[in-house]
Amino acid sequence: MSEFVLEMLNIDKSFFKVKVIDNVTLKVKPGEVHAIVGENGAGKSTLMKILMGIYHADSGEILIDGKRAEYSNPKEALSNGIAMIHQELNPILDMEISENIFTGREIKKFNFGGLSIVDHKAQRLETEALLENIGISLNPKSLMRKLSVAQTQLIEIVKAISLSSRIVIMDEPTSAITDKEVENLFRQIKFLKSKSVAVIYISHKMDEIFKVADTITVLRDGKHICTENASKLDNDKIIKMMVGREIKEIYPEREQSPGEVVLEVQHLTRKKKFRDISFKLHSGEILGIGGLVGAGRSELVEGIFGVARPDSGDIFIRGEKTEISHPDKAIKKRIALITEDRKFTGLDLKTTVAHNITIVHLSKLSKFGVIDLAKESRAADEQIKKLDIRVLSRKSMINSLSGGNQQKVVLAKWLLTDPDIIILDDPTRGIDVGAKRDIYLLMASLAKAGKAIILISSEIPELMGLSDRIIVLAAGRLTGELSKDEFTQENIMRYASTFEVANV
Amino acid sequence: MFKKLSDNKIKESIERNNGGYFNLHSLRELGIFIVFLVILAVLMILSPNAFARPTNLINILKQASINGILAAGMTFVILSGGIDLSVGSTVALTGVIAASFAHPGEYPLFVPIILAAGAGSFIGFLNGLGVAYGNIPSFIVTLGSMTIVRGLALIASRGQPVFNLSKSFEHIAGGFIFEYIPHLVVFFVCVAGIAGFILTKTVFGRHVYAVGGNETAAKVSGVNVGYIKVAVYTIAGFLAGIAGLLLASRIVSGNPTAGAGYELDAIAAVIIGGVSMSGGAGKWYGTVIGALIIAVIGNGLDILGVSSYFQLIIKGSIIIVAVLLDMKGKGKQ
Repeated sequence: MSEFVLEMLNIDKSFFKVKVIDNVTLKVKPGEVHAIVGENGAGKSTLMKILMGIYHADSGEILIDGKRAEYSNPKEALSNGIAMIHQELNPILDMEISENIFTGREIKKFNFGGLSIVDHKAQRLETEALLENIGISLNPKSLMRKLSVAQTQLIEIVKAISLSSRIVIMDEPTSAITDKEVENLFRQIKFLKSKSVAVIYISHKMDEIFKVADTITVLRDGKHICTENASKLDNDKIIKMMVGREIKEIYPEREQSPGEVVLEVQHLTRKKKFRDISFKLHSGEILGIGGLVGAGRSELVEGIFGVARPDSGDIFIRGEKTEISHPDKAIKKRIALITEDRKFTGLDLKTTVAHNITIVHLSKLSKFGVIDLAKESRAADEQIKKLDIRVLSRKSMINSLSGGNQQKVVLAKWLLTDPDIIILDDPTRGIDVGAKRDIYLLMASLAKAGKAIILISSEIPELMGLSDRIIVLAAGRLTGELSKDEFTQENIMRYASTFEVANV
Repeated sequence: MFKKLSDNKIKESIERNNGGYFNLHSLRELGIFIVFLVILAVLMILSPNAFARPTNLINILKQASINGILAAGMTFVILSGGIDLSVGSTVALTGVIAASFAHPGEYPLFVPIILAAGAGSFIGFLNGLGVAYGNIPSFIVTLGSMTIVRGLALIASRGQPVFNLSKSFEHIAGGFIFEYIPHLVVFFVCVAGIAGFILTKTVFGRHVYAVGGNETAAKVSGVNVGYIKVAVYTIAGFLAGIAGLLLASRIVSGNPTAGAGYELDAIAAVIIGGVSMSGGAGKWYGTVIGALIIAVIGNGLDILGVSSYFQLIIKGSIIIVAVLLDMKGKGKQ
């Protein structure tokens, strides 16, 4: 028996003569959590796709338990004991939990080949046992549709266990779940470890990595940089290896100089989403909104922006009472909303970078409804340059860009409108350190130019590092306001969990 | 040796190879254009005397025009993420209306024209309201209106074709300019040109793409999604009205059973032209080529003496192949 459950040896992979994986070796021991970190484009996902059999390595080999493994698709990878829990889960929504777990390998009553009858009872019993085993209380008969993202994720883990997988890959598993659910996930990871399952953990969140990982591998530009015991590494060391240079201070230094009130919200309420919210926003200020996922933060800013109208309450812009019934009205009042999910609400993935950048601003780039195409191209090129969007041309399709660059396109599109009030809803989710830093610098310079900024973030350090003031929401209510000298993780968490129990 | 490239260069080349620079859409449209040329070439070789004659080529354009006009409207609807099944029935109803007001010596010529276009637009407008504000899937709204409008056409004409039309009405579709070019072709070219202009050069056109590409993102970006949806169905209805008028003029009668299945030919032209069925991607000239391919195949196979039954099989196969190409293109991105 080999010491390692998985060995990927000297893997090479090129796309169209560009090496994206360059002689990378990865060795994973049974029962260890092995984190892989690197900037977007470092080759993490390509490497994992090779491991899952989605891509084929140009050279190099994969050993499982010291034996050479040959497979060419995810199904065969699965039968080799490799399971992946994807960042974006795709459950069959109208199936029961038990059916989902046994899809493709149903327990059968009578075996008539394709016409066999599924033994639902046995499947449910088996599922119940599996769920009990890892301590989740869910009914095997519940529909997947009814489950939260975190629960769906747990079902995937259950599935991996039931397949007696030896290696479980988790790609950004905490990107869509609450802190509490993260704790639960970590418990399940411990459980997997206790069963000698190796977990490959991909994440951008350093604190999580240090909490959960035993070993850390750093990739950069498709090359293996280092594999080290997690206890021998720290945040700064890893970031330095990831970006190949030192980022001394990730949050830019800023002087606080709030000006007059540009936005005031009074008693804003939308049924079942948020209730009686009042706050003021000054020019030149970055106001952080903290709280747990589901606290109503996104709903609140959507209410202000006219995406979903509040039921009651008033909005004043520069002292003037304003009705915002549609985003169009908000845009005219020079508000910008960089939404939480760029794929669903920020970008049109079917078109080009240029068309995405100019969509909000088209009325200004046209005469009598006819677009001045030369002017449009110039505007797009300027934004690409200004925000340092790494793209070959404005005509590139948006889905060919990395996450960080896509996010910059969303920013470019809104900054083109020259807004006074800029709302950023989790602007750095799922993007790499370099791009994060670029966005932080941009926010600082916008605030310096007198723009009023609202920042929503699930990462408390980010919130504390950038904001001048933080308001905290919990269960749709404003539970606290903190000035800069009161910023601590504990304070924010205390306010964020104020109503949590009461509302459930 | 692996030459050290800068971050930027690596990323750029990856993007290029992922389809950024090397645009798959244009490749696909080029593909359909090549298919079109190949079909033309094959038919010219097989039938150099009959098929390749200039009068026949003009005839093909003429045969493509009514479907082409409907398909132009359908392009707007499909780009916005919807579908319009009612245009065939609208052709029948507006044809009956136009014919009823086109008897010799009764009304000036503009009356049937305005009524046909107006009735078509109104039907489209109602479809649009149902889709945009009733939140009913477009397939269902227009399936319903398709049946209703067919009923209206039969009621309005008492189930009989409307004959006895004025010469000037017949001249609308039957006439020529410069002796050779049929009016129908002129209409087709104008409609295609205007549709192309709107889709590529105007804010409205860009908004149509945005709604089909990502409705939520479009709304957040300040696009009035409801207005765009009402507008695209109204355009489709308007063009169906024009098509109904032209068909009535061409067959010199308003026939309440005309236009059955026209919606499917229009959808086929749009799909063959490479417009994404889920909306948001595709080019107006793809639709033009799609309409031409359908006409060329019909005409060419007629000349070659292929039975119309077999023609259906060939037409259907081409639609499926076109969609296969479409999905392959998407899968690679």
